[in-house]
Amino acid sequence: MPASLTLRAGLLSVAIFAAFIGAWYLATLPTAGSAANVDPEYAALVSGAASEGQKSAFPTPMDVGGTLWEHLKNPFYVRGANDQGVGIQLAYSLGRVLVGYGLAALVAIPLGFLIGMSPLVYRALDPFIQILKPISPLAWMPLALYTIKDSGISAVFVIFICSLWPMLINTAFGVASVRKEWLNVAATLEVGPLRKAFMVILPAAAPTIMTGMRISIGIAWLVIVAAEMLVGGTGIGYFVWNEWNNLSIGNIITAILLIGLVGMALDLALARTARLVAYRE
Amino acid sequence: MTEKPLISIEALARRYPRHGGGETTVFEDVWLPIAKGEFICLIGHSGCGKTTILNVLAGLDQPSAGVVIVDGREIAGPSLDRAVIFQGHSLLPWMSVMGNVAFAVNSRRPDWSKDRVRAHCQKYIDVVHLTGSEHKKPAELSGGMKQRVGIARALAIEPKMLLMDEPFSALDALTRGSLQDEVRRICTETEQTVFMITHDVDEAMLLADKIVLMTNGPHAKIAEIVENTLPKDRSRTNIHKHANYYALRNHLLDFLVTRSKAFTAESGANGYDPKKPPIVRPGARPVAVETGPPEPGHAVSA
Repeated sequence: MPASLTLRAGLLSVAIFAAFIGAWYLATLPTAGSAANVDPEYAALVSGAASEGQKSAFPTPMDVGGTLWEHLKNPFYVRGANDQGVGIQLAYSLGRVLVGYGLAALVAIPLGFLIGMSPLVYRALDPFIQILKPISPLAWMPLALYTIKDSGISAVFVIFICSLWPMLINTAFGVASVRKEWLNVAATLEVGPLRKAFMVILPAAAPTIMTGMRISIGIAWLVIVAAEMLVGGTGIGYFVWNEWNNLSIGNIITAILLIGLVGMALDLALARTARLVAYRE
Repeated sequence: MTEKPLISIEALARRYPRHGGGETTVFEDVWLPIAKGEFICLIGHSGCGKTTILNVLAGLDQPSAGVVIVDGREIAGPSLDRAVIFQGHSLLPWMSVMGNVAFAVNSRRPDWSKDRVRAHCQKYIDVVHLTGSEHKKPAELSGGMKQRVGIARALAIEPKMLLMDEPFSALDALTRGSLQDEVRRICTETEQTVFMITHDVDEAMLLADKIVLMTNGPHAKIAEIVENTLPKDRSRTNIHKHANYYALRNHLLDFLVTRSKAFTAESGANGYDPKKPPIVRPGARPVAVETGPPEPGHAVSA
């Protein structure tokens, strides 16, 4: 009898990971003899061994593992403005995302409800939504910096604006496409508008709304890194840019890995919540 | 009709604007009184506007002309007095069986305590034989069970009138049969007034006191009202043994197969009045037609 699919998939995952690490290891093995054509300025930036070509400037898997361990061992240290633990940086980023995203949810879900309930409002707001939706959230940044005059709040605003559209559009769509027969049931039972909104329309549209919320959190987490590279100061995006300026590729890879893990955790949390409101017809 | 009807459908019509100008009349001049405690079945071919009439009765749709009078007043919208059992079961899928029934009961009796609502719901869940499935979600139920929940939900609000739009059409024959028996039992016991749409002649003969026949659309109207001449205690197992069974069944089938198409020509000949469609009693001993001259060939004597 063949092993279960989960087990085989797990084994394959481990094999792919091992192959990837192996390839990385081989690619960063020290090479000899090509030292002649290294730019002296570059040699001054990277370590002596790397400049002579014996050791790649790109860290080996073991180097990155070591860096990762260093970061995880003490994630919350603060040694001045430019040297804070990666945990602190992630917390800054998460805080901005959650505030911007939360505000966007507070606006998008009630507004989407209204739009979905009224074909008139739906049609009237549609051109605005269609034009505003495809704008890269970072394009709002200069405008936000100019009007808000605070880089931290501007970053939150950028998160707000990028989280808004998927939630707004999905809520409006979910509410507008509640099955007519369910509304007829509510009508024949003389259910009041508020009770209808909370007992019929909201549960019926909840899975669609949750899909919008899941898309939004994904986008917000993508955008925060870029936004923090622009505004600087704190956050994981700033950390990545700072380490690029330090040319510390090991730290950058560590940060990339952590960004991925946090993004996955956010998505998983919302997927769990979505399961709570899901229903089978 | 001596007693005042519970509901009176008067001069109801439905017209749609036709593509390229003009209007299409689906049905017009539909008059029908429904007395308290009556079980009325409406039979007609697709497209004669049966569902529209039911939706107007439910308050979910507006007619182009005419009114429906309930208790001396024109109906303006949906009401808890008229419960609807929909063709698709239309249960709310995120609620349990109990939740669906309780949602309806809470709407009817917002002042009742939780326990009282629960007990009331349980009573009707028991009536439709769903005891033990209270906490299941609709997706976990079979088609027949879902339709039972729909029936329990409609009955639990204790409406003055029950409206059913082909409630059994989506079910398999066995389930349909047993549910028909149950609906007949419940409606006879509670003397429920029922208006039901069907296209199934046997279903109408089993359940209805009066079978209303509609001509084909467009310009559909009520051709005649057939009184069920089978005994009150009929059931699925003995109905076909009654002497009037074939007279009634043949009359209904004749109508659906031939007369529903050619009714306009036929009605011109014998003074048809849409306000008082002829009442027919196939197989009954006294002569069949109450209004207008008797129709030879359809008033079959037993």
